Amino acid sequence: MAKGNKYQKPKNTKATFLRLLAYLGKSKFLLLLVFAMVAVSSVSVIIGTSYIKTITDDILLPIIGQKITKELMRPLLLTLIKLVAIYGIGLLGSYAYSRIMLQVSQNTLHTIRRDLFNHMQDLPIRFFDTHTHGELMSRYTNDVDTLRECISNSFVQLVSSVISVAGTFIMMVSLSPALTGFVMIMLAVSFVAVGFLGKRSAKNFREQQKCVGKVNGYIEEFIEGQKVVKVFCHEGIATNDFNTINQNLRRASTNAHTYASILMPIMGNISYISYAAVAMFGSMLIIAIPETSFFAITVGTLFAFLSYTKQFFQPITQISQQFNSIIAALAGAERIFEIIDAPVEEDEGYVTLVNAKINADGEIGESSERTGVWAWKHPHRDGTTTYTEWRGEVRFENVTFGYTEKKTILKNITLYANPGQKIAFVGSTGAGKTTITNLINRFYDISEGKITYDGINIKKIKKSELRRSMAMVLQDTHLFTGTVRDNIAYGRLDATDEEIIAAAKLANADSFITRLPDGYDTVITGDGSNLSQGQRQLLSIARAAVADPPVLILDEATSSIDTRTEHLIELGMDKLMEGRTVFVIAHRLSTVRNSNAIMVLERGEIIERGDHDDLIAQKGKYYQLYTGQFELD
Amino acid sequence: MKTFFRQTKGYRLVSLLSPLLILVEVILEVRIPFVMSDLVTYGVQGNAGFDYVLREGLKMILMAFVSLVAGALAARFAAVAGMGFGSNLRSAVFEKIQNFSFANIDRFSTPSLITRMTTDVNTIQMAYTMAVRVVVRSPFMFAMAFYYAHKINADLANIFIFAAPALLLLLGGMALIALPRFKKLMKKYDGLNSSIQETLINIRVIKAFVRARHEKDKFQLSNDELRDASISAEKLLILANPFMQLTIYVCIVLVFWFGGKLVIGGTMEIAKLTAFINYITQILMSLMMISMIFVMAIMSRASLTRVIEVINEKPEIDDSGADPSLKVADGSIDMENVCFKYQKNGQKNVIDNINLHIKSGETIGIIGATGSAKTTLVSMIPRLYDATEGVVKVGGRPVSDYTLQNLRNEVAMVLQVNLLFTGTIEDNLRWGNENATQDEIENACRIAQAHDFILSLPDGYKTELGQGGVNVSGGQKQRLCIARALLKSPKILILDDSTSAVDTATDAKIREGFKENHGDVTTLIVAQRISSVEHADRIIVLDDGKIDAIGSHEELLGTNKIYTEVYTSQQEGSEK
Repeated sequence: MAKGNKYQKPKNTKATFLRLLAYLGKSKFLLLLVFAMVAVSSVSVIIGTSYIKTITDDILLPIIGQKITKELMRPLLLTLIKLVAIYGIGLLGSYAYSRIMLQVSQNTLHTIRRDLFNHMQDLPIRFFDTHTHGELMSRYTNDVDTLRECISNSFVQLVSSVISVAGTFIMMVSLSPALTGFVMIMLAVSFVAVGFLGKRSAKNFREQQKCVGKVNGYIEEFIEGQKVVKVFCHEGIATNDFNTINQNLRRASTNAHTYASILMPIMGNISYISYAAVAMFGSMLIIAIPETSFFAITVGTLFAFLSYTKQFFQPITQISQQFNSIIAALAGAERIFEIIDAPVEEDEGYVTLVNAKINADGEIGESSERTGVWAWKHPHRDGTTTYTEWRGEVRFENVTFGYTEKKTILKNITLYANPGQKIAFVGSTGAGKTTITNLINRFYDISEGKITYDGINIKKIKKSELRRSMAMVLQDTHLFTGTVRDNIAYGRLDATDEEIIAAAKLANADSFITRLPDGYDTVITGDGSNLSQGQRQLLSIARAAVADPPVLILDEATSSIDTRTEHLIELGMDKLMEGRTVFVIAHRLSTVRNSNAIMVLERGEIIERGDHDDLIAQKGKYYQLYTGQFELD
Repeated sequence: MKTFFRQTKGYRLVSLLSPLLILVEVILEVRIPFVMSDLVTYGVQGNAGFDYVLREGLKMILMAFVSLVAGALAARFAAVAGMGFGSNLRSAVFEKIQNFSFANIDRFSTPSLITRMTTDVNTIQMAYTMAVRVVVRSPFMFAMAFYYAHKINADLANIFIFAAPALLLLLGGMALIALPRFKKLMKKYDGLNSSIQETLINIRVIKAFVRARHEKDKFQLSNDELRDASISAEKLLILANPFMQLTIYVCIVLVFWFGGKLVIGGTMEIAKLTAFINYITQILMSLMMISMIFVMAIMSRASLTRVIEVINEKPEIDDSGADPSLKVADGSIDMENVCFKYQKNGQKNVIDNINLHIKSGETIGIIGATGSAKTTLVSMIPRLYDATEGVVKVGGRPVSDYTLQNLRNEVAMVLQVNLLFTGTIEDNLRWGNENATQDEIENACRIAQAHDFILSLPDGYKTELGQGGVNVSGGQKQRLCIARALLKSPKILILDDSTSAVDTATDAKIREGFKENHGDVTTLIVAQRISSVEHADRIIVLDDGKIDAIGSHEELLGTNKIYTEVYTSQQEGSEK
């Protein structure tokens, strides 16, 4: 499970960190302002604390026992007014940096999300074959989430802690080097504790994430298969197995949380031990050392120093608590960058599809208007441009292809489809039917051979133009959240209402759409779950119909749909196929039978070809398939 | 709430020990500044002397040390308690779901059950762990610090009577405005995620129609909205700290002023003033923690409700009223005036007054359009659903007379949506019979026409299947599922559209195998294909939850309109 990686160590911490900084650096000015404000806020706290000494030593101690008058109280009043001013500035600083940092971090996350999404849209299909949806989704959910925590809290805290620790240290040294030396010893002790706990914490968190992955995987699998569990009375065994892995998770997470949450009381109390020890040694210094000595301190100094001692340990505790989150965030950032760095779908094509007009003498020229006639615009290296009429003729010449170098899926495929012809592919699962259709629109690029479209090598055609010139109806119909109208218009975004309705009518979808509560404005939710499988298929046919290209790639559905809807789909498909070049992965015998050519595929090779009557006469594999002796899967 | 406390079982002692240790820690933490002030007052400013300072100082260090041990132990116990509770809760929910009937599962839906068991349980577990530590710590810290502040000077402590409500008011007001904004933010967040998910599912459609630009524009819009919603919600949250600081600062300045007067007047020692200032932070910080607990409680309440809903759900079908010693006598099935609807207050019966008598050993085909309730009808035989009205009998006794275990061991059903689980093929087959011998397994696979293809796999019966049986084809999966059901050696076998991806020839071989080896088993075949049912002893034609006709293929063909229609349309495809 992808989630299991959450607490893995980043592989290249430094590079990832710098790259993250570069993202933040996009708002350089604001970031500087944040640092300045953090400094204002931290320094104001440090200076504020020093007033304990001033008020104790210089104001209160000398006048104890005197009668309170306005005159006597004036120095205290003035000092307190100064203190109010310092605190006020600190307060403003602390609000300002939080507010600006919120803007900076949200902008940064916004940019990262945008880069991630936009890049993903440009990645080749191959990428999506090798990454599961869950894995990719967890980039947006888990990884961006941990980043958010890190960017909005950890960065500021890091800066503020460094300033606070440094500032407090300076103040402590200036107050009493002797006591400071003592606090440093306690600091060393606390570092040992943090190091010890931190190491174990990270290890245990990884162990915990592993167990979480296992438990979640088990839950998903068994709750999805719950009905099977019930039918086989498997409940007892399932519960026992679950309890075992659940106990493992409990042990691992107890350890992980122990180390993570024990840090706070340990660090907090080390600071109290320091406080107590400073109070004791400080008092001894005051009593035992003559006032003239270098080590001598006053009561006010002791009070201020005690406050600084507490302030000194606080940021260190905070940083050590952030440690896990920073590591997790960097690991997450690394995974995000991995996707952003994945190579995009290459497109070296330069042939485009343009509106054309054909002169009386058959010469083709470009037109700026919509003419209904299209042509391939083919610029040549010598500066000339030729136009080829768009007809929809596709040829495969000795095409060989494999998804990986090791395993060849298609071997030496040669076939052609003239404009308006219907080519059917039949064969068992894994024979390479879908692969052939994936090559025509260049979801994958072939390793050997040549595919031409209207005589042009498809590698020369711009991918977007190539795909625009053909429509696909896929086996599993997936729809988008939005209205029925939006979903049909996905085929051609600028389609008018009339065109959409015409397409729906052609696909036989109009009658069920108009019966929906809001007709064409009915909102489809969650991948069309409020429509039946058959209705979704009808919509996807309408979607292809509105695109209206001369080439159609059709992957017929195998799922069992009741006879009436099946019949509607059949009619819709037949109408859609009229007058187009069609490549169809056929599961229905009627589709196969009506095809101009049938290619029977086995293990990546065309073993039989011809029309229905030819193939039946051959009494080969097709004959067996047709008479139901083999699976048409 | 009772449900909730039941899950603390086994961890109640640590759940209590942790807060107790925290009490010790808090008392010591609050006491230390007070001791310090005595130390300075009597030891430094008074004349109690060096020994006093040493004695009191060491006492203080010891206190801090004890506090460290108490705090560390409390943290450990809180982790044990919290994770133990979470684990109990998870097990309880899982066990509960194991007892769910199909109707219970349908009501919650599978994805919702998964979310409840993962995300929701985790949220509750985190809240519980926090609660064990903070719920006690903060109020007690508040009380103790206030007590010592009061002890130092009662008048000066009055300052908190104003400061505390003021801070609560500020934080409360902030939370009140922020909560609806956070709810909106969560919606935007979910929306963004589901639209990303959608583009992942649809990536081939997007690429085929060249709509990357369109999707990017759509995403930009939701991404902007998410950012704006985040800022609008969080800009309130970031006020918490400044509010807190403001209150602390105001208190410090006031304490310096009024406390200063008291010090000058001689009614308060100067060291006590410093200790008092220490208490300001402790009191107000614990107040802020208390308000955070409230926010967390509100946030986790939704998760808690969702999980408790599952735990408190009453399984619709259980063994009450069953006789554990009763075994299924034979494979006869009788339905008397059976009606069924999925919702109790539903308008229309899905199954409407069905009367049916099937003799032991008969083979029955069931055919009908989608929505004609074929699956529902056969689901009532192994009691996956209970009839709303009427009686379903197996072996001459109402199904509710048998325990579910006894009934389902004799009534094997191959579901329409069937699944294999992670593990080897053999592991999966053994679901049917744990103690099956290799011969029995192979025999079942031969009948289900799965043996040959299993042997052609690299590891044969030991081949590992991915989750959901991903590395076998649809037809192969169906044959494995049939073999798995056959291994139960049931008296009744129900195949719910279980050979839809299997070719007709193999389909026929499977049926032949049944006849040869399990001739005495009552077999019910639900199918779309006429060829799957035409050789059955009798065929039931279902239409809209009613029996339209029963009869053999020859009897129905030509006389029954629906049957003839389906037959003709399927023949069109294969002959001509």
